[in-house]
Amino acid sequence: MAASVNAAVTAISAKFQVAAKTEFRGETTLTVERTAIKDLCVFCKDTLGFDMLLDLSGVDNFGEEPRFEVVYELYQLSTDLHLRLKIAVSEDDLAAPSVIDIWPTADWHEREAYDMYGITFPGHPDLRRILMWEGYPFFPLRKDFPLAGRASEMPDVAFSAAAPLAGGPFVTVPSTATTKDREPRSREQS
Amino acid sequence: MPEITPAAYDSKIEGNIIFTQIDSAMNWMRKNSLWPMPMGLACCAIELMAAGASRFDIARFGAEVMRFSPRQSDVMIVAGTVTYKMALAVKRIWDQMPEPKWCIAMGACASSGGMYRSYAVLQGIDQLIPVDVYISGCPPRPEALLEGLMRLQRKIETEPALKEQKPSLYAAMNS
Repeated sequence: MAASVNAAVTAISAKFQVAAKTEFRGETTLTVERTAIKDLCVFCKDTLGFDMLLDLSGVDNFGEEPRFEVVYELYQLSTDLHLRLKIAVSEDDLAAPSVIDIWPTADWHEREAYDMYGITFPGHPDLRRILMWEGYPFFPLRKDFPLAGRASEMPDVAFSAAAPLAGGPFVTVPSTATTKDREPRSREQS
Repeated sequence: MPEITPAAYDSKIEGNIIFTQIDSAMNWMRKNSLWPMPMGLACCAIELMAAGASRFDIARFGAEVMRFSPRQSDVMIVAGTVTYKMALAVKRIWDQMPEPKWCIAMGACASSGGMYRSYAVLQGIDQLIPVDVYISGCPPRPEALLEGLMRLQRKIETEPALKEQKPSLYAAMNS
């Protein structure tokens, strides 16, 4: 069981190929190869004692290759340790191995990542959409999906339509200026 | 055999008589016993519950009987964000409510989609079912819901109930 994050990183580095390690505000992120993530997760849980998966999520870096990322937020309850693992997933082979047999909580998180980004998780026993309905044709959190949504129709189940954005999307630019300058403006105009 | 004499109407025993129109009587009964179908979908439902509790007491307006069967309901209070996934279920429940029926769109989301200009939210329940009263607020205070309910009561007062809803009876009475 790892006593500190640094000890965990050292143990992982000795056993696995770590592509990148970043530290930001006390949070440690390890980027690894997709093929190694399953073994790494087993190692993290069984050997290093990261007994809880806080979150599993997808990221869409639209325009980059590989386009997608899957992020694993690991936590050790007894010693309050956080560790973040990342893998890159390309659009052509949009799959990451399911970690549901390691942390059962991954069930709904993987379904959500599948629902929102279309990332599949081979090994997941029941990979259905979790928020949108079965048969919804889009993956709405992808960056090339319009903010207003798209029209779709599934008779007797659900439909969707593009929402009127009235000149939006309205965004706030982060700054230390006055409230008047910071108030949300249309992205098209700014 | 004693002779039976016609007695005058004794209001002390029989009670008072009120002369009115059938429409007014029907509307009066309807507006004071509106049984809501609580379509609680988001935080507005919490305010709807508050309106039903003792401080605001929706029972003062005869609308405290929340019916969870659409077949026993008169007014659907759509309280909350109507997602596309839920939209047709709301419509289905509305279709099961017997006539006459009314609808209150409670809060910004039910009225127009509210702050959710998004892929997942229906932009106002009036796209699927006819709405009688819109209540602004995010969420509206219970007082606002009561105000909306009173407006609906005023609207019901003006309806030509018998003529529109019981045409055969209306024709028989006028023939």
